Amino acid sequence: MTTLSPILAVIAGNRTRRARRHGLVIALLLCLLVGMFALTLVLGQTFTPPGDIVRTIMGDDVRGVAFTVGQLRLPRAVLAVLAGLSFGLGGVAFQIMLRNPLASPDIIGISIGASAAAVFAIVVLSLKGAIVSVFAVVAGLGVALLVYMLSFRNGVAGMRLILIGIGVSAMLESFIVYSLSRAPSWTLQEAMRWLTGSINGAQLGPSIPLLLSLVVFGGLMLSRSRDLEALRLGDDTAAALGVRVGRTRVLIIIAAVGMIASATAISGPIAFVAFLSGPIAARIVGNSGSLLIPAALVGAALVLVGDYFGQFLLPSRYPVGVVTGVLGAPYLIFLIMRAERSGGSL
Amino acid sequence: MTGDGMATSPGMAVAARPARTLWLGVLFAALAMLCAASVAIGTRDVALADILAALNGHRDSIGQAAVTARIPRTVLAMLAGAALGLAGATLQGVTRNPLADPGLLGINMGAMLAVVIGVAWFNMASPYAYIWTAIFGAGAAAVFVYSISSRGRGKPTPLKLALAGAATSVAFASLVIAIVLPRNDIAGGIRAWQIGTVGGATFDRIVHVLPFLAVGLVISLLSARKLNSLALGDELAAGLGEHVAMARATTALGSVILCGATTAVCGPIGFLGLGVPHLCRLLVGVDHRWLLPVSALTGACLLIAADIVGRIIARPAELGVGVITAFVGAPVFIWIVRRQRIREL
Repeated sequence: MTTLSPILAVIAGNRTRRARRHGLVIALLLCLLVGMFALTLVLGQTFTPPGDIVRTIMGDDVRGVAFTVGQLRLPRAVLAVLAGLSFGLGGVAFQIMLRNPLASPDIIGISIGASAAAVFAIVVLSLKGAIVSVFAVVAGLGVALLVYMLSFRNGVAGMRLILIGIGVSAMLESFIVYSLSRAPSWTLQEAMRWLTGSINGAQLGPSIPLLLSLVVFGGLMLSRSRDLEALRLGDDTAAALGVRVGRTRVLIIIAAVGMIASATAISGPIAFVAFLSGPIAARIVGNSGSLLIPAALVGAALVLVGDYFGQFLLPSRYPVGVVTGVLGAPYLIFLIMRAERSGGSL
Repeated sequence: MTGDGMATSPGMAVAARPARTLWLGVLFAALAMLCAASVAIGTRDVALADILAALNGHRDSIGQAAVTARIPRTVLAMLAGAALGLAGATLQGVTRNPLADPGLLGINMGAMLAVVIGVAWFNMASPYAYIWTAIFGAGAAAVFVYSISSRGRGKPTPLKLALAGAATSVAFASLVIAIVLPRNDIAGGIRAWQIGTVGGATFDRIVHVLPFLAVGLVISLLSARKLNSLALGDELAAGLGEHVAMARATTALGSVILCGATTAVCGPIGFLGLGVPHLCRLLVGVDHRWLLPVSALTGACLLIAADIVGRIIARPAELGVGVITAFVGAPVFIWIVRRQRIREL
């Protein structure tokens, strides 16, 4: 015992230090996000004094500010944060569970499946509101099941799953183009939303189901956070540690797809946010703790900043999905080059 | 894939010879029928008398004008289909990869990106500049994807190559969107072209692209013998006196020219070159001297058919042919991926 205790003390010390570092990183990310949120409210085409914004949000009718902030900037920023949190959290859950950064929902077809269902519900069935989200969630789960079953052959190999997901994505994309061509009048704006994601024309009303789904599915996901960490070590190790692997996996898939699909039903599949958040968070956090919350915060920051860039900082206006798409594309290629060499992990 | 095929092919070759000629005849007949159908069927219903009048050069009614517009379109679909089917077959032979396809390997998207950059940033306008740029882009993309997938341990496996190609395609596609979107002046023209279409074809454009397609076709068809040697494996091919690297390079050049020229006119049409060679291998076996021409023929048939379908299912609008080929071709891709033996990344 006496010889062990110094070692135990070192281990305990390391653990405390890691936990403290993890908490610090999350706090910093949160501060950063809040700061950016506030900045996007203050700075747009014109500068709005922070005092006026606070008064508008409290319910005062400040001349001129009520519209720009209350109707334009605030709904947009809220939707950006909610969608970003959903994509980040859902994406990193898939990446951890399948132990492959390429296995994110926007590459294996789940986001685009939800998008196809949303287009079908809106254009062909003329539905509106929360029922569209239900459609998207059901379709997302359906696509997840389909891709899983198609790639099952003596177990699921990551690479087969990814390639089959890419094939399914191609089909669903052509279905979206077909559905849009049936619409009485379809614009490029509309097509961009459902193919690469956009938060143009955001309103506060549609964000409410998204908030609900984030609370329900996000809560479910975070409650499984420990089991998910164990799954990272491999199914057998996780089972030996007392995790019920099958059940955990089903719950995590439902939670992740639920979040991704609810967000997609409103903003479209914002390109690569789910794919990028996890690896970026992993770089920031290191191995000091769970990636779930940092990845969600990174996702929100990506959408918020991407949208701000697309609106104001580039020579012309882009929907946020195009900005994140251009950001994510080189990283995707880099990841494949690296994976060839070393066998990819987050 | 090549191992099993080669083991059975000598026996099959003897037995299959009449069947091969038969298939060739069937395909020519199908092509003729599809061409006729493509002229007769479209978004607008035209009476038979008007169709015949239009074929004789009359342009008096809307119906006759519509039919007149369908003729170059049919010719372009035939040429593009033949080019892509042939390119798919040669690419699968060169890379010895059943998942090779000009769309999946990022070659078409490379051509597209090059043209879009040329149009948006360098005010490129002449048709020949389009085609040369597209061929350059196609070649650069092919080299890029192949070198990504052959980094690291081992040879590029079919799945590694497909993954690198798909990722490159996605990456190029988002760059294309980012370049095109703010340019309202060019967006209209490029948008239709983005999903791959043979609509809006004119004989002028076909004449411009024809010499390139002819060169690509000749190079590809002449490489059939080389592809047969390569199918035996690099060592054996070298033993048979083949200069392996040289054979690969010339054959790949042929398909790059075909893909680049096709994409310059039609936009990126994916998945056609993937399924056609597999179908043709079932029909005529693995001998490239048969496989290549039959793939070209089948590709032409299928693209004309896909174009007809695209005109019918979205009436009164039209659906780009690339949408149809993706929808039909993706299941073929999934089926082939499922049959691959997997080694984890």
